[in-house]
Amino acid sequence: MSNNVSENSSIIKRANGAIIPIGLICILGFVWAVMVAARGVDPVIKPHAYMYIFAFALAIFALVYGVTKDKFVYNPYEYDDSVIKAGVIATIFWGVAGMLVGVIIALQLAFPQLLYSINLDWLNFGRLRPLHTSGVIFGFGGNALLATSFYVVQRTSRTRLAGGMWPWFVFWGYQLFLVIAGTGYLMGITHGKEYAEPEWYVDIWLTIVWVAYLSIFMMTLVKRKERHIYVANWFYLSFIVTVALLHIVNNLALPVDWLGAKSYSLSSGVQSAMTQWWYGHNAVGLFLTTGFLGMMYYFIPKRAERPVYSYRLSIVHFWTVIFIYIWAGPHHLHFTALPQWTQTLGMVFSIMLWMPSWGGMINGLMTLSGAWDKLRTDPVLRMLAVSVAFYGMATFEGPLMSIRTVNALSHYTDWTIGHVHAGALGWNGLVTFGALYCLVPWLWKKKQMYSVRMVEWHFWLSTIGILFYITAMWVSGIMQGLMWRAYTDFGFLEYSFIETVKAMHPYYVIRALGGTLFMLGMFLMAWNVWLTVKGKGDAHALGDDTPPAKKPSVSAIPELAHNLKQGA
Amino acid sequence: MNSLHDFMEKRAFALMVGILLTVMVGGIVQIAPLYYIDSTIEEVDGMRPYSPLELAGQDIYVREGCYTCHSQMIRPLRDEIERYGHYSLAAESMYDRPFLWGSKRTGPDLARVGGKYTDDWHVMHMSEPRKAVPDSVMPPYAFLATTKLNYANFGAHLKAQKALRVPYTDEMVRLAASDIETQVNPDADDVDAFLARYPKAQVRNFDGQADITEMDAIIAYMQILGTLVDFDEYEANIKDNSR
Repeated sequence: MSNNVSENSSIIKRANGAIIPIGLICILGFVWAVMVAARGVDPVIKPHAYMYIFAFALAIFALVYGVTKDKFVYNPYEYDDSVIKAGVIATIFWGVAGMLVGVIIALQLAFPQLLYSINLDWLNFGRLRPLHTSGVIFGFGGNALLATSFYVVQRTSRTRLAGGMWPWFVFWGYQLFLVIAGTGYLMGITHGKEYAEPEWYVDIWLTIVWVAYLSIFMMTLVKRKERHIYVANWFYLSFIVTVALLHIVNNLALPVDWLGAKSYSLSSGVQSAMTQWWYGHNAVGLFLTTGFLGMMYYFIPKRAERPVYSYRLSIVHFWTVIFIYIWAGPHHLHFTALPQWTQTLGMVFSIMLWMPSWGGMINGLMTLSGAWDKLRTDPVLRMLAVSVAFYGMATFEGPLMSIRTVNALSHYTDWTIGHVHAGALGWNGLVTFGALYCLVPWLWKKKQMYSVRMVEWHFWLSTIGILFYITAMWVSGIMQGLMWRAYTDFGFLEYSFIETVKAMHPYYVIRALGGTLFMLGMFLMAWNVWLTVKGKGDAHALGDDTPPAKKPSVSAIPELAHNLKQGA
Repeated sequence: MNSLHDFMEKRAFALMVGILLTVMVGGIVQIAPLYYIDSTIEEVDGMRPYSPLELAGQDIYVREGCYTCHSQMIRPLRDEIERYGHYSLAAESMYDRPFLWGSKRTGPDLARVGGKYTDDWHVMHMSEPRKAVPDSVMPPYAFLATTKLNYANFGAHLKAQKALRVPYTDEMVRLAASDIETQVNPDADDVDAFLARYPKAQVRNFDGQADITEMDAIIAYMQILGTLVDFDEYEANIKDNSR
């Protein structure tokens, strides 16, 4: 059945099964939003009520229109690529927006006298910072994971995405979550937990969307035409299912009023701190690591046209990485009022985490065996390879910083910020860029990107930008840490706090420069993708007879990997 | 191990359950005991729930994302104790929902900022930070002084916290709004009753304006931070506290 797609191209199915539950969700949301708009207890939630009303009304209208005009038809023997295209565009949109806000807040710290206005509360660092972190992590990263996971699970399972209309519900529901969360930060609606800032009513919406996402992914795996579940899908699944667990537990809160924005966390003080960093560190571990490892395990072998280096290593590092990561959270709380036994567990597991992390790095890099020469000519493969190198660097630095004595110096300083960006820009950023440069020509059926030279420029802009960024933060972080603990010969603290702030200025300027370079690379990518989609330059359309995305051979990797296991 | 993996690799639901069980171990071991091991939070004299005005101030602290640049957790390191004061006790954040320990000190730690500066300094500093501290990188918060505090229904906030087992009494919930008015008016009739409900609370017009503004609330919160436990009496080394 799977060996000839065109045979079945006339078969049409209707995706109307999902209409009723999706419609019900939208109607319930609509009713709640109308109640809030009419009787909401605080003024800041009302704009959100109107946004929900608008979004749900639009969704209900689209559903009715689609059903009456018979628009929801599809061919079950074709891959569902339309939602993936939307995901690629959303990734680029949120990347541009999130990085722009990042550069703005970096400049605010470098030039505070210029970039604040006494009358604009939403322009302050404290409100923009979560907009930046959510924009890049959940907007850019989240959409990249959504798009690539939907792409990879279909190809490696040789089956169409399950759920009919549900993938579109997940896509638009996720964008709605991002818009409500982001505008909320600007208005001062926040739960106050880093990377989990959205308030209770945004969290509930994300939970609904996420359960739908998990169900689609699972049901697609269930109806796969391959005997084995491919390694990339283990990683994607661990990301989806664990993020659901983390999100729900960490956001447990009681609203002050069911028609208001404010809520208070179910846990307080020590327990709240531990739960938050259990969540926070595993947003790094299960969102920014295993999710993106899923990307690595598909796009590097595909691009290099080599099988995954070691199947056994992928098994070992998969189970160890997800088991150990969860324990690492308390290293964010060294020397705090968290009990020492918990801190010590966090430190020990963080150091152990070095090995499985490097197992993943080695498996990714060694997949290039026999294809190293391509790094010279193919900037996309080079991006993917360098991303894995940054992954290795960041996962060495992390365990180092989790050691209590090192942490005494590094904690509360810019060293942490530099570490995060080594991972976020170097690993998550570059692996996403690489994956998108693969995906865009495949999805829009073009020979290649509009301009490979522009990709080359993107590679160097980002790499140099990252180096500026992390070296500036190493110096400023370690310097500030040392200044805080410096004593004079007479036994007095040598520096006042503000002297250590003043000393940061040149490094904040360099950091802003590095971030700007990285952002410019992102702009280049947006432009390049746009022109590729339009079929300009080198992005010639491919003939209809050779749609590469639909060739059965794309599922060759699991077989190759499996053959390796058998010793073939 | 390999055969177990081989089993799961061919069954989507087994794989999902396997993943869930694997990732739950660490969280259960680290989080669950914190709720029932007594030594996690020792009992300390002086800790009490926030007064309504202080809580409103903390809400503003969260709203403005102050925690993104200021920590409230002094570590037991020599330089921190000399710079900021006694290291933070677990009990001192027991009424913070969520915790506000922070993760980055772009500005200094605030766990014991209470009483260190005058109200006037706070008003000037928050309105135009670089007027008070020329090299500061802090954003300006002048709008707090011109925004009236919305407190008519503030009892709902105490009621929600009470539902989460914060020891607010029904009386405290009922009097929340009037307690806010009392705390900025030293001439009010029920100051003594208010202070009986919230010992050590500071009663004065914090921002010097007739209106009750958000500036009053944030400064009331700043001025109480770290002052509730009396460290002249606190004995870190008695048996109960050295667990």
